[in-house]
Amino acid sequence: MPMERRGRYKIFLGMAAGVGKTYRMLQEGQAEAEAGRDVVTGYLEPHDRLETIAQAEGLELIPRRRVRYRGTELEEMDLPAVLRRAPELCLIDELAHTNAPGLEHAKRFEDIEAVLEAGIDVFSTVNVQHLESLNDQVAEVTGTRVRETVPDAVLGTADEVVLLDLTPESLIERLIAGKIYPQDRVQAALNNFFTIENLAALREVSLRQVAEEVEHKRVVTEPQLGGRERLLEAAAAQAIHDRLLALVTPTPKSQRVVRRAWRSAQRLGGELDLLWVSNHEPSTEEREQLEALRRLASVLGAHLLIEHGDDIAATAARVAEDRGTTYILMGRPKPRSALRRLLQPALPFRLLSLLPGVDLRIVADRTRLAAGAGEIKEEP
Amino acid sequence: MTALLIVLVVLLATALVALAATHLQYRRRRPKRAPAAGAGRILFPFMAGALSQRALDAALRLARAEDATLVPVFLARVSLHLPIDTPLPRQSGLALSLQEVIEQRASTWGIPVDARIERGRTYRHALRQTFEHETYDRIVLAAGARGNDGFDAGDVAWLLDNAAGEIVVLRPASGTTIGLPVLRSLQALPLPLEREPVSY
Repeated sequence: MPMERRGRYKIFLGMAAGVGKTYRMLQEGQAEAEAGRDVVTGYLEPHDRLETIAQAEGLELIPRRRVRYRGTELEEMDLPAVLRRAPELCLIDELAHTNAPGLEHAKRFEDIEAVLEAGIDVFSTVNVQHLESLNDQVAEVTGTRVRETVPDAVLGTADEVVLLDLTPESLIERLIAGKIYPQDRVQAALNNFFTIENLAALREVSLRQVAEEVEHKRVVTEPQLGGRERLLEAAAAQAIHDRLLALVTPTPKSQRVVRRAWRSAQRLGGELDLLWVSNHEPSTEEREQLEALRRLASVLGAHLLIEHGDDIAATAARVAEDRGTTYILMGRPKPRSALRRLLQPALPFRLLSLLPGVDLRIVADRTRLAAGAGEIKEEP
Repeated sequence: MTALLIVLVVLLATALVALAATHLQYRRRRPKRAPAAGAGRILFPFMAGALSQRALDAALRLARAEDATLVPVFLARVSLHLPIDTPLPRQSGLALSLQEVIEQRASTWGIPVDARIERGRTYRHALRQTFEHETYDRIVLAAGARGNDGFDAGDVAWLLDNAAGEIVVLRPASGTTIGLPVLRSLQALPLPLEREPVSY
């Protein structure tokens, strides 16, 4: 039985409003229509930009549907109408949009998934700040937190991601020329978001994101198969999502472990948990150090967990299982006496045996004095 | 019977010798102890793009002379439009790299380090937060050089009014700022403090 063909998905990614994502999407849609394909615009947000409106001319536009929500009339993409119309290619602007409550899906990227499943090709647009994993980073850079986010995996499901790159200077020129916002909003935009520094930082984030995407696509070679295989591919990506657990103690030495763990988490794009297994009430000094660790965890976006238990390995294994940890980091264990070595395997070996599917990394002290940095005291 | 006793004694002696040898080997393999926490604490606040080598060396010399712990504090600014407890991945990346550099230098002198990252709306706010959270005996800091980030005269005057303990202010010699490859891009980090949120 032939497998139903899933539509092809192309995303136009930009670093900020006004780089020309929608324009380029329409331009490519027009080219496809001229080549004889059946192209419709499922949803367009031209933001009153004349060039964009002109570029959309000639393409069939599916009317928006009106939805009443709390006394306000909202306009949304008409998903049932798109599916009924069943074009070859549908252009759907702003995939990160949150739909009005009561519609088929909460988010527009989910509408797009339904369109793709119906065998319709989709072109769509998104700005880099809407990607979930970059939300903190972009908020820090721009001082503005974007509420409408989409999982990064959405970008991974696209067959093609096209980055609309523009130098910050060119984008500002476009802004000043009134091509992005009306003239009365230009000065405010220049004072706020559209600064050279902001745009340069966002450009860097966008370029990195696309580079990582290209790298991922190179590693996971596209099998060009149908929907079922695609779902499995998505599941594989989910299965290798990393979550790191760093074993710490309330001492300054643990900072080295935290630093390495955080860097690893950043590289792997995973969450970081810090765990102290306590077998006693913390002293005043330990309480101060715990407070410092808590503040550090907050700055880093990590989670500090404190568990009580006499058996560090068993407690850490339980926490790792509960939190879906894939990677444990710890300081070099304190050397043990011959007798203790005979009686019980060392903490790393116990962790490895309790958590067979978890990677373990022992963080070395790279400083000249290779003294027991970030030591994890074993149970007495 | 006597022969059995002799064998037992020999076995016991061998076991004791083996145990003693293992213990000695264990002690020999045991690494030197890390620097123990010092009696005093010397705060060393710094910011992105303004980690003065001269000031750091002075702080290290002081810490060694006084057998104190060095507390390097990276001051991170948080935009007014974000919650003060927001995670700061970009600034943290830089802070941790610089703290690693400081720790490596301190370890060559055998000085214990207890690093911090402190957030604030401004550097002064971050400093105030530091004073609330930390106990310290002295503060060593670098005054900003022309064209450099750093504490200006106003900051120093503010510190004199608000900080307990001794304050050592050093003027950084030109070209002695500790840098990292990442620093260049991070120096361009915009930290908008009086900006309105915009919609896209």
